[in-house]
Amino acid sequence: MFDWLQHFADWVIYAVFQVGAETHLGTALNFFVYDTLKILILLFFIVFLMGIVNAYFPVERLKDYLNKKKLYGLEYLFSSIFGAVTPFCSCSSVPLFIGFVQGGIPLGVTFAFLITSPLVNEVAVAMFLGMFGIKATLIYVVSGIALGTIGGWLLGKFNLEPLLSDWVKKILDNKMQQAAYKEEKQTFYQRLPEITRGAWDIVKGVLLYVIIGIAIGAAMHGYVPENFFNQYLGGGEWWTVPLAVLVAVPMYANAAGIVPVVQVFVAKGVPLGTAIAFMMATVGLSIPEATLLKKVMSLKMIAIYFGVVTLFIIFSGYLFNILLYRFG
Amino acid sequence: MAMNNIYIMSKVIKILGTGCPKCKSMTGVVNDVVSENAIDATIEKVEDIMEIMKFNVLTTPALVIDDVIAIKGRVPSKDEVLALLN
Repeated sequence: MFDWLQHFADWVIYAVFQVGAETHLGTALNFFVYDTLKILILLFFIVFLMGIVNAYFPVERLKDYLNKKKLYGLEYLFSSIFGAVTPFCSCSSVPLFIGFVQGGIPLGVTFAFLITSPLVNEVAVAMFLGMFGIKATLIYVVSGIALGTIGGWLLGKFNLEPLLSDWVKKILDNKMQQAAYKEEKQTFYQRLPEITRGAWDIVKGVLLYVIIGIAIGAAMHGYVPENFFNQYLGGGEWWTVPLAVLVAVPMYANAAGIVPVVQVFVAKGVPLGTAIAFMMATVGLSIPEATLLKKVMSLKMIAIYFGVVTLFIIFSGYLFNILLYRFG
Repeated sequence: MAMNNIYIMSKVIKILGTGCPKCKSMTGVVNDVVSENAIDATIEKVEDIMEIMKFNVLTTPALVIDDVIAIKGRVPSKDEVLALLN
């Protein structure tokens, strides 16, 4: 699918700039040009598709549906999938969280959404698809949604309602009506320019991270010896997965910047499962997210939430490594 | 709009959003439309989550014109905002 892009990169580096294909610099530059263009094309395409999904996603109807229907546990899965398709912008997570709880949706179901929302996002998916291929991307998305489903269900069992912020509890006590709402329906063609612009804005916003991430990746590719990480992280010692996850939790790296670097770690010997767990902890949990959540819940509740999700990510890391080792 | 005096009074525009990129682009669009068309309106940015939740919106950014929510969870085009303000 991207053969033409490889030809283009070969032509630019080896023919136009006359850098030898056998040199470290040549390989690194070629890798950089090819990957940057491929990722940007994938990124725009996926972000644009998600923009269309988002423009027509019936959030309010989903809320009513989750609230009224008896779903025998499936509500956790639906909520988690909903978290996966909501936009990259994490600032909508808090209003949605409050809206859900206020609408009478159980806290655990709301948590399922809250876990998956940053964990599975369109930028991470596009980056994964570009750097690891379809199989690793599917593992990432499916396990992310499963993690949200099970994590939400477990958090729901803890009865954490008393740990919500006082003002949120107050809102829950006196049910509010939504303010008057009147929106003109817009046709798809009327909305298309804004959806395109929105997708372009997201791509522009992560462009710098993509370029820096791929540049670091390209440099490492050319200069770090094969199997370099085997002796440190690739030997399958039990502590490597928890270490990778614990390092990643407080880190706030844009998925766009971190995936190209993680890809080199994998290419040089780190197991893919460990790398996926690292990625999940980087994008799924972060200090800025905790700061946002601080407005709606107590520190104790944030600690329980982060603790449960961290344990689940570590567990998934082991599981991926076993599965990929056996069947990969 | 039931109120007739709305055309005489200055419009009160509120932009609800916690400061994410989309909220900023909405503010940009609204500012442009108001100044380009010399519309008599005050623009207020509501960034406090507690204030935002008083409107009970699920998705931000949201555009509120004279206490009526006109747009939720997306950035409108200039034409759309102009139509809403007229």
